[in-house]
Amino acid sequence: MKQITRRRLLWSLPFATAAVAGGGFFSMLSGLRKGNFDPREINIPVINKPIPSFSVASQPPSTGFNQQELQQQTKPILINFFASWCIPCLREMGVLQQLSSHIGIWGIAYKDKPDAVSGFLQRNGNPYQRIGQDPEGNISIDWGLSGVPESFLVMPGGIIKWHYPKPLTVTSTQTLLSLLQ
Amino acid sequence: MLSPEFGHFTLALACCLAGAQCIIPLMGAKVKNNRLMALASPLAWGQFLALALAFACLITAAVTDDFSVLNILQNSAADKPLLYKITGVWGNHEGSILLWAFILALFGAIVSAYSHHLPLSLRAKVIAIMGGSAAGFELFCLMTSNPFLRVSPAPLDGQGMNPLLQDPGLAFHPPILYMGYVGFAVPFAFAVAALLEGKVDAAWGRWVRPWTVLAWALLTCGIALGSWWSYYVLGWGGYWFWDPVENASLLPWLTGTALLHSALVVEKREALKIWTILLAIGTFSLSLSGTFLVRSGILNSVHAFASDPARGVFILLLLGVISGGALLLFAWRAPTLTSTGIFTFFSREGSIVLNNILLCTMAAVVLTGTLYPPFVQLINGQTLSVGKPFFDNALIPIALFLFLVMAIGPVIAFKKGNIQQTVKTLSIAACLSIISIVIAFIYLHQIFPSLATGLSIWIILSSCSDFIKHIALFKTSLNNSMKRMVGLPQAFYATNIAHIGVAITVLGIVGMAASQQKIVEVPINTTIHLAGYDWTLTNIADRQEANFIATEAVIRVSKNGKVITWLFPARHYFDRQKQVVTDVAIHTNFLSDLYAVLGDSKNSTQPTPLFVLRLHYNPLAPWIWLGGFIMAMGGFITLTDRRFRIGTPAQRKKIKEA
Repeated sequence: MKQITRRRLLWSLPFATAAVAGGGFFSMLSGLRKGNFDPREINIPVINKPIPSFSVASQPPSTGFNQQELQQQTKPILINFFASWCIPCLREMGVLQQLSSHIGIWGIAYKDKPDAVSGFLQRNGNPYQRIGQDPEGNISIDWGLSGVPESFLVMPGGIIKWHYPKPLTVTSTQTLLSLLQ
Repeated sequence: MLSPEFGHFTLALACCLAGAQCIIPLMGAKVKNNRLMALASPLAWGQFLALALAFACLITAAVTDDFSVLNILQNSAADKPLLYKITGVWGNHEGSILLWAFILALFGAIVSAYSHHLPLSLRAKVIAIMGGSAAGFELFCLMTSNPFLRVSPAPLDGQGMNPLLQDPGLAFHPPILYMGYVGFAVPFAFAVAALLEGKVDAAWGRWVRPWTVLAWALLTCGIALGSWWSYYVLGWGGYWFWDPVENASLLPWLTGTALLHSALVVEKREALKIWTILLAIGTFSLSLSGTFLVRSGILNSVHAFASDPARGVFILLLLGVISGGALLLFAWRAPTLTSTGIFTFFSREGSIVLNNILLCTMAAVVLTGTLYPPFVQLINGQTLSVGKPFFDNALIPIALFLFLVMAIGPVIAFKKGNIQQTVKTLSIAACLSIISIVIAFIYLHQIFPSLATGLSIWIILSSCSDFIKHIALFKTSLNNSMKRMVGLPQAFYATNIAHIGVAITVLGIVGMAASQQKIVEVPINTTIHLAGYDWTLTNIADRQEANFIATEAVIRVSKNGKVITWLFPARHYFDRQKQVVTDVAIHTNFLSDLYAVLGDSKNSTQPTPLFVLRLHYNPLAPWIWLGGFIMAMGGFITLTDRRFRIGTPAQRKKIKEA
């Protein structure tokens, strides 16, 4: 009888494995529902890494900037990649406007024409202190961009402290502001 | 008559009948009431008929363009060709779940039709388990993905179907694949019924095996079709991308392959019972979890179904009840099963145990690679992806070892193999295979492809050696050899054909690994040199078709100034969906494929517009799918074996020695 019990314990291993997997799946599903688990999320390993060496040409009404200028800032800067042809960027503009009173925002126009960007900023307001342009999208590759809009929080000294690969929302800006405290 | 409401009603009716089909026979078996147990079969038929009506209602709605039905509105349009109106029914989540349930009910009906010779209580339990699984799926269909929902007011035209799915290859890929998935419900039901009965014997093995082989052969066809479709429609030049959904279909295939081999040992030698039961439960569970992972949105995949966590929760519960229940029952009952067949390591049973271990290891690797990203993300929030390098590096060595065993196994005797005799049978094949590995290495300069080539040849040659030995070629008169050839059991042919199919697929995969490709941007009348052929782009023209505009290129392929073929790669622009579908041009001579894809042309406003072309030369590519269909053919040959039609142990035919 004792042997049977031992074998039963051994043969319940498949069930135990399946149960663990099932528990994992259940927490994934509840995460999907709550919105804190997203298998389509993009996390690139840029947190606590220095910014790449880059230089963006000027985009009216502002002058361009480069790696050195960004490193020499004494306050944190939010780098925001955007484009005039991108609908989520348009929706993000309101949040950026509110945010611009708390932190300096520098924009990089991604694969866009200078006239189109100027028109876009005239229509929707300009939250950016500085704007550069990346018409070919090559600089964005060095930053690890996956799409527009995308934002990077750069600390003095040029270290990336936070990265958000989606349009900024009120909740995500709260996370951002708590990082600045 | 066949209105959507009627369909909805019959679906609910089928669900009730399936519930009854599960509960009544099990109660009957409990109280040993033959009448209640005998109700299993009519209930299974009733459930099948009700679901067939429901399915007919959905197809009617699709064919008659009833856009008041939400599902038809979202996936069909008036100008869609009739064939795709019908196949479009299962080209979306709701319809495909209904198809899944329909096939499950169909299998339940077939099982009850072909199981009169089974002991009454076992038969009742098998049909009851089938009914229980079907009830779960029908409930899922009714509660979270009802295909019969109406919209009001009804629009005049639908939103159309994804043009990528409007292809004959894809029209039949889901039904065949689902038949494979769902077919494994039958061995699963047999396994659970055997655990409930507390008895597994040779007769049980003989009942289970044809169902397993049928499901396996259909799954093989389904996977091969899907892979072929991705090759000739998507135009990426590949045939397998280690996409989570592809992996989800590969997992039950691997364990199902192990299952059909170990069921053979149960039938012949009453051994490996626990292996067989566990593999039967595992294979169907993996079929179900594949569906779950795809439909819940947990896995990132190119097979984008409208995923919804609520559906995921439902299927997870269903999985918990079906697989969890079966595994619990297994843990409780399996230790009481005793094996009678004793065998040494060097025997047919020993080689099948090794085969099971290797196949299950491969399945574990695929499962790990597929589930690692979501679990890592769950535990520490990191996102990562596991791709081809991991799967290749982890699977190829195991697969090569499996090929080595695969060729020897069928030659070894049951119970206790004779090493000397096995060596004698296979010595010539072994020498030739080693020579072919060396030759392959001289050509390819890579160790794994050379080994894979040599081992494929090894599988083919050892099958031939075994065949020559069985018909005693050159050792007796030719006439006698012919008689022996006819007298060999189907099982012998089936095994060897299926194994040769594997070898052919592997050779195709090795060939594809050596493919050459070029991506060019050229004006008209340019000649590109690739793989010894001259590809000349001679013309490009637009053409208006029924529901798309085609841009077609004309490419002349010649070798040494002699025209080999004309290729017409095209791009189809579907105005309704604003979507472009590539139409790949392939010319094959069954030894290699010439493969051309027309890309996007950016600057057609210039005086000499440039066109992007992707050209591939894929040696042995068709063998990948040819091998798959040969494998499946081996399975279908097994089904013609007399032993599976009569419930008595077969007498081996005695062949008269001359």
